[in-house]
Amino acid sequence: MAAESALRFEALEAQASALTELFKEAGYEPVAPSILQPASLFLDRMGEAIRARTYVFTDNDGEELCLRPDLTLPVGRIYVARNPEAQQEARYCYNGPAFRYQPGGAKVAGPREFRQAGIEYIGGGDHVRAEAEVLTLVISAVRAAGLTGYRISLGDLGLFSALIEALDVPERWRLRLRHFFWRPPSFHDLLKQLSSNGKGMLGKTEARLVGRLDPDDPKAALDVVSKYLKRTKTPLTGTRTLEEITGRLLDHARDAREAPLSTKTVKLIEDYLAVSGPPRAALARIDDLVSAAKLDISSALETARDRLDNFAASGIELGDMEFRAEFGRDLEYYTGFVFQLEVPDAGRAGHIAGGGRYDTLLEGLGAPHAVPAVGSAIHTERLLAAVEGGAS
Amino acid sequence: MSEDALILAVPSKGRLMEQASDLFTKSGLPMRKTGHERGYRGEIEGLEGVDVAFLSSTEIARQLMLGRVHMGVTGEDLLRETIQDVDDKIEFLERLGFGFADVVVAVPECWLDVSRMSDLEEVAAMFHREHGRRIRVATKYMNLTRRFFDEKGVTGYRIVESLGATEGTPAAGTADMIVDITTTGTTLKANHLKILDDGVILESQAMIVASRAAGWPDAAVRSKQEILAQLKKIKGGGARRKPGKK
Repeated sequence: MAAESALRFEALEAQASALTELFKEAGYEPVAPSILQPASLFLDRMGEAIRARTYVFTDNDGEELCLRPDLTLPVGRIYVARNPEAQQEARYCYNGPAFRYQPGGAKVAGPREFRQAGIEYIGGGDHVRAEAEVLTLVISAVRAAGLTGYRISLGDLGLFSALIEALDVPERWRLRLRHFFWRPPSFHDLLKQLSSNGKGMLGKTEARLVGRLDPDDPKAALDVVSKYLKRTKTPLTGTRTLEEITGRLLDHARDAREAPLSTKTVKLIEDYLAVSGPPRAALARIDDLVSAAKLDISSALETARDRLDNFAASGIELGDMEFRAEFGRDLEYYTGFVFQLEVPDAGRAGHIAGGGRYDTLLEGLGAPHAVPAVGSAIHTERLLAAVEGGAS
Repeated sequence: MSEDALILAVPSKGRLMEQASDLFTKSGLPMRKTGHERGYRGEIEGLEGVDVAFLSSTEIARQLMLGRVHMGVTGEDLLRETIQDVDDKIEFLERLGFGFADVVVAVPECWLDVSRMSDLEEVAAMFHREHGRRIRVATKYMNLTRRFFDEKGVTGYRIVESLGATEGTPAAGTADMIVDITTTGTTLKANHLKILDDGVILESQAMIVASRAAGWPDAAVRSKQEILAQLKKIKGGGARRKPGKK
């Protein structure tokens, strides 16, 4: 069967070259990364959820490859290949196919092969200015294609990070809270666990062992665990070391001694995640929440306000925007500002473009240090469908 | 082979074939190969209009999914693994009381800090920080694993496909933990693996099922009812254990 995008090939091509032209005029250099990518790169960065939707195969030499499910990562690799020191600023644009398995077969809103047209601004030091530049350009691109009546959802993962940073809790709890933020179903369980000192969360053997460990004496703990393994004739197999296993048991022992996460803090986190509305009002609400809890996240709030000012100064209608504190919880490589441009009431088919800041990705791809980066991709099939639907 | 014949797929070898064959014989539906003794076609003595196809267990699941056979005898684990949205495509008719196998999540016994699925997500994150790679789960049940881990909110892992001796992979260093079938747990124990407290994905056994994708002429519907009625007569010893979870 022919690729489904081929059906609208000419129309998509015309739209794509118009988009690319606009990006080029704005100073973004066109790049064409490989369609075949090393599978491990995607799978290690994105976990099994994306793997389940990525076409992965093994070639005759046994190398594991994939059809790129996304273009941001391949473009990031181009940056690292061209700038091994990762000192330069670079603006790239692209237009090309990406591939994702669609359970139950391809649909109009979810084709297996689709085109992404997008931009990545890598190494830009002035964060909010870079974000305004990217968002402005994407908005002009979809408008030039004929799209009207869209809304923009905004999120800011930096605010959540700042909130967690400001809490008076052990660092290992912060790590867990940040980590589980990406997994909404488990996040609630974690809050419950932390607010009850982990009682009832341990298995029998674990609980007994944990009870015998002294958090202030990790060396003795290693000894206890190692003797336990010997006595029960349990060999230490696999990659995890005795230190890792003991370390986690010690964390449990420490948790049992901590004051549990207070109900006030749990409520603060839940109230924060529930914030949504016009961007300025939403930030004010967050300010109220954290001030009432006597916490300081003023620098992150300042950045968020500064961003809105930059948007307004760049001519972006703040009236078209809705801020949602929870937004951005599903793609793990984003680190700060996130957005999605949507046509309302159209479900997934209405998600025309999305993007955000991903300051840790480039380092993961081999850059010698963290590199600030922000980008966005337009789902061109959906854009075309929305424009044509709107015209009829 | 008549146009309206019902095609019944049964395992072509192994314990599952013997047990299926015994059950059908006891139910008064003895299966017999037609043509060459080593061929893959057969019939049921005394029941007109039924063609028996002897196939491998995975092939049975595929043929049912495609609607190329009407009914089949195979393990629930393979059906749920092989077929997406299985309940839309397959009608689960009867548990047959043999071919018991639990699909379970097992980790090295030395992971003293891990007893539940919720531990795994945390361990996976730590593992990634410590070793710079994802934790690897060896299994031949890629789809069951993904679905179950997803339900439990575990994401930071990678599946390594394993087509045999899965229990040996953690000790051999090619995986860190496994999802596999077990009946008594002896093999797991011998390989120093333990099942997580909430790590039973499916309590599977052999089932007789019907394909919703196949064409069902009246004659085939009648044959299906006949077969089921005969099987039910001797059941009772059927589902010895509680029905498996989805």
